[in-house]
Amino acid sequence: MREFPVATSPHLPPRASVPALMYRVLAALAPGAALATWQFGWGVPLQLALACLLAVAAEAAMLALRRRPVGRALADGSVLVTAALLALALPPYAPWWLTAVAVLAAVVLAKHLYGGLGYNPFNPAMVGYVVVLVAFPRELGHWPAPAALAAGPDLATALSVVFGGSPLPDALTAATPLDHVRTGLSMNRTLAELRADPVMGRIAGTGWEWVALGYLAGGLWLVWKRVADWRIPLGFAAGLALPALLAWGVDPDAYPSPLFHLLSGGAMLGAFFIATDPVTASTTPRGRLLFGAGAGLVTFLVRGFGGYPDGVAFGVLLMNMAAPTLDQLTRPRVFGERR
Amino acid sequence: MSDWRAIAADGLWRNNPGLVQLLGLCPLLAVTSTVVNGLGLGLATTATLVISGVTVSAVRHIVRPEIRIPVFVLVIACAVTTIELLMQAWAYDLYRVLGIFVPLIVTNCGIMGRAEAFASRNPVPAAAFDGLAMGLGFTAVLVVLGALRELSGQGTLFDHAELLLGPLGEGLRVQVIEHYRGFLVSVLPPGAFLGLGLLIALKNVIDARRGARPVAVPAHAHGHGAA
Repeated sequence: MREFPVATSPHLPPRASVPALMYRVLAALAPGAALATWQFGWGVPLQLALACLLAVAAEAAMLALRRRPVGRALADGSVLVTAALLALALPPYAPWWLTAVAVLAAVVLAKHLYGGLGYNPFNPAMVGYVVVLVAFPRELGHWPAPAALAAGPDLATALSVVFGGSPLPDALTAATPLDHVRTGLSMNRTLAELRADPVMGRIAGTGWEWVALGYLAGGLWLVWKRVADWRIPLGFAAGLALPALLAWGVDPDAYPSPLFHLLSGGAMLGAFFIATDPVTASTTPRGRLLFGAGAGLVTFLVRGFGGYPDGVAFGVLLMNMAAPTLDQLTRPRVFGERR
Repeated sequence: MSDWRAIAADGLWRNNPGLVQLLGLCPLLAVTSTVVNGLGLGLATTATLVISGVTVSAVRHIVRPEIRIPVFVLVIACAVTTIELLMQAWAYDLYRVLGIFVPLIVTNCGIMGRAEAFASRNPVPAAAFDGLAMGLGFTAVLVVLGALRELSGQGTLFDHAELLLGPLGEGLRVQVIEHYRGFLVSVLPPGAFLGLGLLIALKNVIDARRGARPVAVPAHAHGHGAA
């Protein structure tokens, strides 16, 4: 006979604690990060280590300045998630000072000046990313070629590029698929021609599509584990893919396919890991769908018509601003309340 | 409010137009990419504040309350047009750099705010002094924000000082950080918002340390838009 546990209310089991959530997010990032390391070489783990070290130091310093218990807040792992997202969004061979500026902007400006974890209206990782994107657009466009096109630099070269200030050898760089499409289209080439180029790969760029699939796998695991609400990634995918489908249907030579949009740039990382940040995203069910859709739509608009190669960060930040209003407008009806 | 010290403290710190009243944010944010731009616009605004304060105070008994706002606008517009023409004549390069923001001093709601809140209720000397104190307080914020943005944005201070001071300013440019690669965010509009936010935070911290209670924005400061 089956035994039923007897307990007083509340009968809902407690949700996972903050550290448990954060370490699950980190675990879910692992496949994407591993694939990125395979494609882009030593730069990826170097950036991850550098960003995590700097972020922990900055967090500890800010907590001490604010006279908060340092140990407990550091142990919750939230700053590691911020650092990891930032490191994976930045080019793997970005110089160390660029990563440092981004991490400081994220942890000091976007997180602690607003009151720390839970009080920040803007996603810290994306604030850090946008600060360096606006300040150093040239460095941010400097991506290495994926492994299939050029063997990545060895560890010594990677170290000297990141810390020594020497430039990444030109033979090892390549335009990102998004950049390639943007410049190609501006030179009046059609997408059919562009697709034959080696950097474009099967769907969304050699190497890049694998990394995106890694993030997709990790993200789906997060959704399955209920760490991330499925509505935000779904909304993001719809907001990005539906307008892309429309434009692609009208003129497939001038607008990339929806699948290209979904698997290139930061779309998968943004949809599953960045837009789903529980602090800065919308919290109501319908609000989350709209939040994701808005971020996806802005991404599509920036990619297609804006001045920057990718728009995930702008989409997330703009929707962060809209999140409180969305929550207010989409408040679920209390049972029995009149419409 | 004829206490001179109180007027000075109000304008320069306690009720500073840039940091507390948050009036005139549009020029404040737009022109503060360098110290010299900030100083130039700050001085022009100060002159406008003094002239309009004196004039409004002088005519305060003969202007009916129903038409006071149009009268203030005319007075301020006259002062600004005069200053604009003077700048065009004597500091043409600076005039070109500041561009549209000189005529737009008219819309700086800080000036309208002082005319309404102070000059129209006080004698001429007090109104003149209030205009000076408010103007200098505004100029100080413009200069500090300009210095912050110029230093972090391009690593220099007093760049293009010759625009404001003529030949005297030729050698004033200071390269504070050698071989600085530039931090574009500071020069672009986001840097202005971030910088102003940090300055306001700094003022609040200083006030909190000194145990002073923050002054609420007076009711009359609302409703003039955010120009």
